[in-house]
Amino acid sequence: MLMSYREALNQAMREEMRRDSRIFLIGEEVGYYQGAFKVSKGFVEEFGPQRVVDTPITEAGFTGLAIGAAMAGLHPIVELMTMNFGIVALDQIVNNAAKIHYMSGGQLSVPLVIRGPGSAAHQLGAQHSQSLEAWFCHVPGLKVIAPATPHDAKGLLKSAIRDNNPVIFIEAQLLYGTKGDVGDGEYTIPIGVAEVKRAGHDATIVAYSKMLLLALEAADQLSREGIEVEVIDPRTLKPMDLPTIVASVKKTGRLVIVEEGWHFCGLGAQIAESVYREAFDYLDAPIQRVTGADVPMPYSRPLEDAAIPNKERIIKAVKAMCATP
Amino acid sequence: MDRADLLSLYRQMLLIRRFEEKSAEMYALAKIAGFLHLYIGEEAIAVGAIAALRPDDYAISAYRDHGHCLARGSNPGQVMAELFGKATGLCQGKGGSMHLVDAQRRFMGGYAIVGGHIPLATGLAFATKYQRLDLVTVCFFGEGAVPSGQAHEAFNLAALWKLPVIFICENNRYGMGTPIQRAVALYQDVAESARSYGIEAERVDGMDVLAVRDMMRRVVEPVRAGQGPFFIEAMTYRFMGHSMSDPAHGHYRTKEEVDEQRKRDPLAILKETILSKRLGIEGDFKQLEKDIGEVVAASVKFADESPFPAPSELYNDVLVE
Repeated sequence: MLMSYREALNQAMREEMRRDSRIFLIGEEVGYYQGAFKVSKGFVEEFGPQRVVDTPITEAGFTGLAIGAAMAGLHPIVELMTMNFGIVALDQIVNNAAKIHYMSGGQLSVPLVIRGPGSAAHQLGAQHSQSLEAWFCHVPGLKVIAPATPHDAKGLLKSAIRDNNPVIFIEAQLLYGTKGDVGDGEYTIPIGVAEVKRAGHDATIVAYSKMLLLALEAADQLSREGIEVEVIDPRTLKPMDLPTIVASVKKTGRLVIVEEGWHFCGLGAQIAESVYREAFDYLDAPIQRVTGADVPMPYSRPLEDAAIPNKERIIKAVKAMCATP
Repeated sequence: MDRADLLSLYRQMLLIRRFEEKSAEMYALAKIAGFLHLYIGEEAIAVGAIAALRPDDYAISAYRDHGHCLARGSNPGQVMAELFGKATGLCQGKGGSMHLVDAQRRFMGGYAIVGGHIPLATGLAFATKYQRLDLVTVCFFGEGAVPSGQAHEAFNLAALWKLPVIFICENNRYGMGTPIQRAVALYQDVAESARSYGIEAERVDGMDVLAVRDMMRRVVEPVRAGQGPFFIEAMTYRFMGHSMSDPAHGHYRTKEEVDEQRKRDPLAILKETILSKRLGIEGDFKQLEKDIGEVVAASVKFADESPFPAPSELYNDVLVE
């Protein structure tokens, strides 16, 4: 059924909260305001303020509280109004959520979802436009998910909620209003499984979150020009489904990785390293990366546009590779 | 006051004291490495506070955590083995001195980012309230954590939501080498930080195990009943250095000051009470020394003879399967 990304997230949480009373939602404006981006619309009415908990503006405090609650057997969903504010809670996420299971020799666990929108929207300035997934992916003990479509968002959020590890679930402000077909009834999508979003044989594009939509647009246009690209959405960034990516590269011989995050030490560098290791002999050209510019996000629209990957840059990268025999 | 009760408190404090002294020895022999923060001088707080808890209440601590773990009833052999980095340690050697955990005894861990575990304590308390369990959470930290932002966020949340948590500030007057008057604006009354959020707070003599336990007994039931958090400032003194890397005195405090403070030894204070009330005789203390000496020696033997974790353990428990 056709549904927005926002509605899909709402449905996933609602179904899970109906199923399991250990699950609660906590964050700024999640209750009576209905969520800063209306993802938790109707929740406080259905589940009450005990399970839909409005907090003061203290990300470290309430994220830490959620981690403690998870240690005692609850399954919290922390909504960060934006992933940028995860930086304020980073000590809790990195030093506590990610490490407690290991440090305790497996005695304690932290079943927790931290979700909210990452990446740039329009002209929100440098502090509200960051793609921090590489930071989270760097930390052992965290799982990181960044779905692009409403169907994937619903199925993966349900899996994240049922997982017994801390899961960082990255949405995007510009995806909330996008619509897509969402499977009927009860379904989940396994964490760590990529999906081939479009089949092709000339080159592979790996893209996730809202960059997937750009990659698919680029693929459409390239197809009209006779270049058939395969587009893969890893969906889960950690653990990443490398076999699916490697299998595609072995078929196409060319790889473009698109990410909105900063270039240096970005996720694409990690994917490239893995592909070079696994499929070096299959590559017909060096791997190309299309990334965000290594700058704090500027406010001015033309500058902002220049800092974020676009369809033209993806097409150019693919063509540059395909020119290589 | 009965004899068995007082001797039991003494025994627990003695266990911590001798365990810590032995740890220092083992550190000198390089059996223990990394950071090692001894609880010597502060024993009355962990023992007195935990004595007022039920076995299913939660306790959580910072990095100077051996005392809390032992007071919670953890097996000294497993604690020592953890300090040795052995597979038989409480955390299979993956935690170490600063990260002891004994989940079975509701000791939810030692944490080594100052202030960072205080929100976790509010979370444990949030969970028990959510689950409608009549449990309390006790959170130990030093006065050096009080000015941290995470402490303040946690105080506010605990007060705002009336969470059943007791914050116990072990005020040993030094955050590493910095005296409290150079670190905390309200150094004469650090509990003001908690009161400013509407949390009731009191000061107790942290060298007097009976005073600590009495105060805890007085506040634990109202907290358990849902009247909101409580903050206890326990006045104490660290007889040793901050960690094994600094001496008991040094550039930041004088030998005279340390000697003066050592005159108020929590073990001596309780012993004096027991003797003066004629609830025990010297022979009782000799016997306890002997018993505890054997327990600590056995813990070292156990740790020493235990195997290190297998290399294959490296990647285990990064994630829950």
